[in-house]
Amino acid sequence: MIRFLTRRRGGARADWTDWFSWAYLALGVLVMFGPVLWLVLSSFKTQSALQEFPPSLWPMGQKQVAVPGSDRPLPVFSLPQPDGTSVERVMIRRVGLEGQFIDPADPARHVERARLANVTPVREMHFAIENYIEPLRQFNFARFLGNSLFVTIVATAITLLINAMCAFALSKYEFPGRNGIFLFIISTLMIPITVVLVPAFLIVTGLGLGNSLWGVILPPAATPTGVFLLRQYMLTIPDELMDAARMDHASEWRLFWRIILPLAAPALAVLAIFSVVWRWNDFLWPLIVLNRQENFTLQLGLAAFQGELQTQWHYLLAMTVVTLLPVTLVFAFLQKYITTGIASSGMK
Amino acid sequence: MSSLALRGIVREFGHLRVIHGVDLDVAEGEFVVFVGPSGCGKSTLLRIIAGLDQPNGGDVLIDGIRVNDRRAAERGLAMVFQSYALYPHMTVRQNLAFGLENQRLAKAEIDRRIAEAARMLQIEHLLARKPGQLSGGQRQRVAIGRTVTREPGIFLFDEPLSNLDAELRVQMRVELSALHKRLKATMIYVTHDQTEAMTMADRIVVLRGGRVEQAGSPLHLYNHPANRFVAGFIGSPRMNFLEAVAQGGSTIRVDDMPPVPLPAAAETSDGEAVTLGVRPEHLGFVAEDGLPGTVDIVEHMGGESYVYVTLANGARLTLRNPGQTALHSGEPVRIGISGAAHLFSRAEGEPAIAARRPA
Repeated sequence: MIRFLTRRRGGARADWTDWFSWAYLALGVLVMFGPVLWLVLSSFKTQSALQEFPPSLWPMGQKQVAVPGSDRPLPVFSLPQPDGTSVERVMIRRVGLEGQFIDPADPARHVERARLANVTPVREMHFAIENYIEPLRQFNFARFLGNSLFVTIVATAITLLINAMCAFALSKYEFPGRNGIFLFIISTLMIPITVVLVPAFLIVTGLGLGNSLWGVILPPAATPTGVFLLRQYMLTIPDELMDAARMDHASEWRLFWRIILPLAAPALAVLAIFSVVWRWNDFLWPLIVLNRQENFTLQLGLAAFQGELQTQWHYLLAMTVVTLLPVTLVFAFLQKYITTGIASSGMK
Repeated sequence: MSSLALRGIVREFGHLRVIHGVDLDVAEGEFVVFVGPSGCGKSTLLRIIAGLDQPNGGDVLIDGIRVNDRRAAERGLAMVFQSYALYPHMTVRQNLAFGLENQRLAKAEIDRRIAEAARMLQIEHLLARKPGQLSGGQRQRVAIGRTVTREPGIFLFDEPLSNLDAELRVQMRVELSALHKRLKATMIYVTHDQTEAMTMADRIVVLRGGRVEQAGSPLHLYNHPANRFVAGFIGSPRMNFLEAVAQGGSTIRVDDMPPVPLPAAAETSDGEAVTLGVRPEHLGFVAEDGLPGTVDIVEHMGGESYVYVTLANGARLTLRNPGQTALHSGEPVRIGISGAAHLFSRAEGEPAIAARRPA
């Protein structure tokens, strides 16, 4: 790893191009991972830490200590002493511009008074795990997660199957109007979803799929992008393979399952990634179809934290991290599959 | 083992007719080679036989039964493709088994056939590999193995050796001939390489522009080509052709060079414009008369030499000289016919002119 990172162009001394590419790549890492890093770190901040100014990168918060006689943990401040040193004291009460402090090690001793302008809060690193625990318990997040998983997995499976079948017919069979149908499918790419939103909603409710997960899954299952992607890939599968399979007593159905689908695996993996990301992040269509909370997907659940007057940023950020995890995992897994899984071709 | 008959096969792509009524009979156990330049329709004809393509007219008969309406799988044929068309995502064993599984054969029978074919083609050690891990020659064997396991009535080969290097091609040629001898199967083989046709075929079918120019045994085609095209296509190096005028039946004159006597009199009329065809080994150097020319290049093969000569009228000839020769470039020579000569009419199709029967 170290050797990889310190690799230089040519000679022993670092060329200016080495510095340049280093700087460029570092900038790229910052731009790409900066927001993610901020999101993950901020998701561990308490609500008050989030609203602090100036903001800090790490989840810092004021140190708090539990003191007998008080039902909540109390904030810790640093009090300057006449000899120039400072000691940590807990503020038990605030009176005007002054505070009343006690020693946390010996709370029964006397109460010290100090002007608030002279004391500084004691800060420490604090991970607010409750950001994660609280919504998972309080809001029905497991339910949302389950709904999202169901929609994503089932919709991706259906998308792959019917897009592959469509692409197979369009790429491997000669029939009148083939190019016309293909152009028609591609041209639907130009129609934005907002235009078909209302008619699609009317159809979904007409079919009795309103407020059900199937209503979310089915209408966008056939995607022109997917058909195009798979068709272009299937065109590169040699026709001689199909002829060979036909001579080998394979039915057209078997041809599709045993020859075309395995050979189109790289394109299918790409489409699977797209589909998972689309479905996981989809907000508008589920928002329209679903209106009972038990059917909400994660994205709709997340939106619930963002109220009209007040946004619970600490919960929102924590749940965004949870939402991001599955997509990241799927992507990492399938990306490896793409690079290693492409079967070497048996054709010259 | 099956026999095959083609009756008036016609194939058109749009308005373009690529097969013009082909008739052909292939007997059981025969090795027939379709040969012709690219675009002559030989591969199309093979695909029509296989059932992968439908003729616009005519019948395909296997064992005397019309099979036009049968699907490729139901004709009892197996085919080796030019690109081998091995399934890249399956191991060699799965490749061999795929067709048999589709026929729902018993597992034991599948294993028996694969073992037998693998042993015959010496690919037993490759069964667990994928096609991508095989060399060209090994893929070729697997592709042949796939057809052998099917135990078909007729084997079809679509230019199977064209992707191999020259040395391997010679080797596979011998192996294919041996396979044919062992299986005694009917085989139809398509190639553009006349050497493959000459070395392997029981019978060669020469195609041009979707028509059968001539069909016959390799030596029959070599010795008695029906027309100028077949004469030029079969044999390497090519036959020499000279524009000539017949003088009576037994001599011929090329431009104003001395007349050349023909080894056998032909059915020509005096003064008829003809094409004289002589194979390189049937030309020789003579002391007098003959066609005057100069040596261009001499190729020494060791056992024989090829001498390229330019005649006085600019025509070029190739001579095959047995043994080694001391000739060198620029040397003046005179050339006469030492063996068989062929005369071709200038009429359409340039048919061969028959030898005159002794009166």
